[in-house]
Amino acid sequence: MTKKRCISLFVENEIGVLARISGLFSGKSYNLDSLTVGTTEDETISRMTISLTSDDQTFEQIKKQLNRSVEVIKVIDFTDTAIHTKELMFIKINSCSEQDMAKLTYMREIFNAKMIDYDTSAILLESVQTEEKNNDLIRLLEASFPNRIEIVRGGNVAIEAISISKP
Amino acid sequence: MQITGAELFVKALLAEQVDTLFAYPGGQAIDLFNALYGVEGINVILPRHEQGLVHAADGYARSTGKVGVCLVTSGPGATNLVTGIATANYDSVPLVCFTGQVPTHLIGNDAFQEVDIIGITRSICKYAITVRKREDLAATIKKAFFIASSGKPGVVVVDLPKDIQQALGSDYYPEQIEVRGYKPNTNVHVGQIKKSLDCLKNAKRPIFLLGGGVNIAHANQEMTLLAEKTGIPVITTIMGKGAIPTSHPLYIGNLGIHGSYAANTAISECDVLFSIGVRFNDRITGKVSEFARNATIIHVDIDPASISRNIVVDVPIVADAKNAIIALLEKTQQYDFENWRKQINCWKSEHPISTLQDTKSRITPLNIIQEINCVFEKAVITTDVGQNQLWATQFLELTNQKQMLTSGGLGTMGYGFPAALGAKLGNPDKDVITICGDGGIQMNIQEMATAIVYELPVIICILNNGYLGNVRQWQEMFFDKRYSSTCLRYRKSCSTTCNTPSACCPEYTPDFIRLAESYDAKAIRVQRYEEIKTALEEAKNTPKIPTVIEFIIEPEENVLPIVPPGNPLGNMIMGGDDND
Repeated sequence: MTKKRCISLFVENEIGVLARISGLFSGKSYNLDSLTVGTTEDETISRMTISLTSDDQTFEQIKKQLNRSVEVIKVIDFTDTAIHTKELMFIKINSCSEQDMAKLTYMREIFNAKMIDYDTSAILLESVQTEEKNNDLIRLLEASFPNRIEIVRGGNVAIEAISISKP
Repeated sequence: MQITGAELFVKALLAEQVDTLFAYPGGQAIDLFNALYGVEGINVILPRHEQGLVHAADGYARSTGKVGVCLVTSGPGATNLVTGIATANYDSVPLVCFTGQVPTHLIGNDAFQEVDIIGITRSICKYAITVRKREDLAATIKKAFFIASSGKPGVVVVDLPKDIQQALGSDYYPEQIEVRGYKPNTNVHVGQIKKSLDCLKNAKRPIFLLGGGVNIAHANQEMTLLAEKTGIPVITTIMGKGAIPTSHPLYIGNLGIHGSYAANTAISECDVLFSIGVRFNDRITGKVSEFARNATIIHVDIDPASISRNIVVDVPIVADAKNAIIALLEKTQQYDFENWRKQINCWKSEHPISTLQDTKSRITPLNIIQEINCVFEKAVITTDVGQNQLWATQFLELTNQKQMLTSGGLGTMGYGFPAALGAKLGNPDKDVITICGDGGIQMNIQEMATAIVYELPVIICILNNGYLGNVRQWQEMFFDKRYSSTCLRYRKSCSTTCNTPSACCPEYTPDFIRLAESYDAKAIRVQRYEEIKTALEEAKNTPKIPTVIEFIIEPEENVLPIVPPGNPLGNMIMGGDDND
């Protein structure tokens, strides 16, 4: 079944590892939605969160291929586990009238997005949400302010839940 | 004691018991070569091109089971290895390739002879790394040999910047190393072994399908015992050929798009397919949805990523082939598959693989290879790629004393001859023969000099049909005989749409006899059936120098049977006098 998946990957914190992993996806034509990486509490180890959409058979193959890479220490499949997951997104809305600003106040309240900068005609929002919720916000803003928004997204980061079954 | 990186490199090679090093010098490797100067215990071989070098290391590794080691300079030295690295890695050959690199402070500056060889080779090797600190050098080399030779073997590339080679540091070289992300499987899951044997209880038509994994694991004797104990007939892939002796009564032949009728039919008819060390590559499966469609499939492989990739498997067993075969031998019983074997033997005798023999003196690939089978007892036979390779895989007889080396995965033309040189260096007591075409031999023909200077009496059998025969065959069969860029006799004066070889065709270039003689090699041209044996025997008895035997074969000889592209294995176009 083709669906959204999430993998948490522990890798060696070495030059070239990101290229190895992203090259594996491009070389084998695996689809990749987002990939984030940063060092962990152990600075010799980096942790990646990979979001992708694939069918079951391809996903099995992706996990196996990641596992056989020497630089990969551990592969955890987050697809059906309880996790906390968030994505940082900045959205700039240009050419805003007073009326637009008022409209935006409602939107960002509903979506829990912070206004972090502005001037007389532009607004900058920060949204830390799940990937899906950020997609919803983008859809709404695109409909309301066509051709006036600028977006930068950080990609998913995820970690196992502790005691919450469905965060 | 403080020693240079280059001195540590030599110490590491000696500690890893590297007796043969395939090496070509250059500016960014000069310190390493300086440290190798006069060192006893390492035979440093200088081929004439880095591609020949890496194929030679590959042939050495495949024929000895040891790690093949290459040393080249940066830039073009390194990029010339690329085809050979992919060739070896595809066929799971353990190689460690050291490449010189510009000093670390110049990396990224587009310095003279700088390339990002790690970036270039990352997707075609098992592991690739640049050593960036002198203190990491020893552990990195240790890691390279460990990773190359363990688990599913493969190629490791180690890039050595010049300042690392020159820097002083510790002389310590570790005896062991742990790699936390790399834990090759060494156990066999007993439950899965039992489950696989349960499948045989009610089987009527089981088959062992053996791939290169059995040969790599050196499990040939155990596998022969297992086949004998269970009474299950054996089919091999090209890479698995020789897994049990080809003369064994239980051996059927190769499967695949040029497999034998009996093998391809048996695969289509079997009810249990017990596969060990295979990848189910497209060249053996034909149309995937029809492949062994009535069979329960068991798959033993050391690489979990090979299991259920192309063919969905019922019983997966992740294990080294030898460990799995030993476990199977312990737990299996005897079965009665007499009727099934009789059926297969009927197919075998009704439809043998053959080539057209219209006149007695006509030289066919079958005659040549049959004579090779008779003349040589202890031998390593390498092939190039194309029709020569396919005929060799169809007709060669392999025993415990006879091994075949071929580029099965990547299909690299130019592989056979340099691989034979590496095989001879590793097996001085065996006869080493390469079977190649007139196209492929020219891709690394410069290694004639290497054969001469190191006194390597390899036997180079060139099957000369004047064409890039395998592509020409496809053009004949599937592209209306449009011989586009496949004629090697073509001259500027020829029509670009010629598709009929005739007596008026231009002279072949080069004249392989004169070419061989210019190197002071022995050269024989064979044009009649009666001359084949004498030529091979003469070559066998010629010490110290290579012999080129040029066999003039029919220009339009085809490899048959063939399964046309996209078809199931059962749809074979047959050959010889067999038109069923």
